[in-house]
Amino acid sequence: MRTEVGKVEQRQGLAAGGKSGETIAKSMLEKFPNGVKVTSTAANRVNATVDRGLLYKVAEFLKNEMDFEHVTSVSGVDWYPENRMQAVFHITSYANRVTAEIIVDLPRDSPEVDSVTPLWGGANWNERETYDMFGIIFKGHPRLERILTAPGSDYFPYRKDFAGGRRV
Amino acid sequence: MDLRLAPNAIAMTSKEFIAWSTDVMAELMRATGVKKAIDKISAPIWSWALRNANYPLHFGVACCALEMAAASAPRFDAERLGMIYRSSPRQTDVLLVNGWVTAKLRPDLRRLYEQMAEPRWVVAMGECAISGGPWYDSYNTVQGVDTFIPVDVYIPGCPPRPEAMIDGFMKLHKKIHKEMRGTFLED
Amino acid sequence: MSEMWLNMGPQHPMTHGLWNLRVKIDGETITEAEPVVGYLHRGWEKLTETRTFPQIIPMADRLCYGASLSWSHCYCLTAEKLLDVEVPERAKYIRTIVLEAQRIGSHLMWLAALGTDLGSYTVFLYPMRERELFLDLMQDLCGARLTYNYPRIGGVRNDVPANFERDFTRVLNHFEKKIPDYEALCDESTVFHMRMDDVGKLTAEQAINLGVTGPNLRGSGVDYDIRRDDPYDAYSQIDFNVCVQKSCDAYARYRVRMDELYESVNIIRQAIKDMPKGPVRVKPPRNAVKGKSDWAHTEDPRGEAFMYIIGNGDDHPYRLKVRSPIFVTVSAAAWMLKGYKVADVPAIMGSVDMCLGETDR
Repeated sequence: MRTEVGKVEQRQGLAAGGKSGETIAKSMLEKFPNGVKVTSTAANRVNATVDRGLLYKVAEFLKNEMDFEHVTSVSGVDWYPENRMQAVFHITSYANRVTAEIIVDLPRDSPEVDSVTPLWGGANWNERETYDMFGIIFKGHPRLERILTAPGSDYFPYRKDFAGGRRV
Repeated sequence: MDLRLAPNAIAMTSKEFIAWSTDVMAELMRATGVKKAIDKISAPIWSWALRNANYPLHFGVACCALEMAAASAPRFDAERLGMIYRSSPRQTDVLLVNGWVTAKLRPDLRRLYEQMAEPRWVVAMGECAISGGPWYDSYNTVQGVDTFIPVDVYIPGCPPRPEAMIDGFMKLHKKIHKEMRGTFLED
Repeated sequence: MSEMWLNMGPQHPMTHGLWNLRVKIDGETITEAEPVVGYLHRGWEKLTETRTFPQIIPMADRLCYGASLSWSHCYCLTAEKLLDVEVPERAKYIRTIVLEAQRIGSHLMWLAALGTDLGSYTVFLYPMRERELFLDLMQDLCGARLTYNYPRIGGVRNDVPANFERDFTRVLNHFEKKIPDYEALCDESTVFHMRMDDVGKLTAEQAINLGVTGPNLRGSGVDYDIRRDDPYDAYSQIDFNVCVQKSCDAYARYRVRMDELYESVNIIRQAIKDMPKGPVRVKPPRNAVKGKSDWAHTEDPRGEAFMYIIGNGDDHPYRLKVRSPIFVTVSAAAWMLKGYKVADVPAIMGSVDMCLGETDR
């Protein structure tokens, strides 16, 4: 009852006919000359920093024109000493076999950013969890509620000013 | 029943007579030693039945649950010791807590414990259930199941091997045997 | 026509782990599903900020205890990228071997749990019997049955024992003859087919958009496997097939995992033959460089395991983010369950292979 599956020649990195990380970075910089800073590229990686007003447009561009179909992760980082937070999006393209890391800087007293859930359903729970843990508000999220902490909690646990330690 | 009032029994009202004569059989049996004789035979039988049919609850919390499943697997086979897992807490004798308890779970676990019928026992399996385990400094875990549920047997380990879990249940059997719950005319 | 919300969990024999599945039912048909997780949340990522880099390895084991070595290995890959450590060749081959052995163990545990879900206790007993053999092999190697604490940043903890090749070959030869037994128990059973065929359908576009990865994605016809497409360790030097099925239902996901059992046996055999000699461990630096961040992803038995780490100049991470595959797949449960009956829920959620430790972290 063994089903035979064929192999694919492409072993690692780029897919046949796919765009490499450098090509994608160049297209991004062409389309958004201000507000997007590419920090590093490799054949299958793109790392970029994006202004928070531009995030949704960059996400749309990646999805529709660069074939990025899958959101791997959405996370938050709390830079407490520098009074800012970051939302970090990792988006993968199966067609090109490239992963993009998009970092958005947010001010700590109003951490709001656009949600990418309307584009990729996979970001839904990841964004909910980032809200639950950091308090980063994703505008346009269908249901931004607590997901992991106990119901009725009023704290954001992963922030650096929340003292860890025994509480219950 | 106070036997010193017996000469006055004929002068009592019906209500007083009922109140006076309840439990006459039980008191007679206690006084004459019949209860002791029956206990000598029935208590070991009840205790044998209770400890050899320990039904745990189908409740897997975390990593130790996989060792609990391995204990029912062919190599270790806990079922020969009478441990048949039941899905409803009303039909179980043992609540086996095998994993860390969080603030969200704590009221539900307490409710499960209260839904179990007497006689019931609780076994804390693994370090997390005993005292919080590796998550001792977490803001969301309870530092030990015995902070809100009385525990009978603690099985240490992270995770305890299936042999250790079976050893823990053997200790529970010894404890049940000592309790001798099958006594006649008492709860 | 009245609809009601039904709570399946947190204590339910079907749940592999502790979660609550609330389904809105109209008679017996499910119209909506809402998974409620968080019963196992311990703030794992925050706890790592107070531990040094090597101290996190046994914590990572307890993320998903069904495939514990896969998670501590993913963490070691991430930390090696952050600390710029080059792993020796022999360690890469050893890691590949134990990862595939862990994959077999995890799939066998999944099959046993699927059997209990569908009410077939025999399907629970047979895979558990063979899983014990693999746990014995791991115990010879690193001393533990479930949470191994074996990979290290810079290699693995110790070299293989003396009879490694003989023991592994014996177990693999015996195991290969047993896989057709499991398939016969399931594939030749009409009841199994009735319960698993055409239930829990998730099309390829839905699966990709909702972030489903791993065997669940390959059961919907998408040909993507991180071991082939973004290789790590020794996978780039090993010939293996990627198992894909096209029918998008629960039976397809089951079939993908059974095929992966054959492939894992194949991979282990090749890796044992090609394993070079040399050291198995190098010493990593103690502190991370300030301002450096990196990430790594691996093909966990359940999907794409991804970790993102930021260093802060000293010996513990500033932020360690874990992306768990089942966290995202559970959110897709609402799509997989709509329109089916309540009695189909164990079959569908069993074919997804849930492990709640990594979901709640």
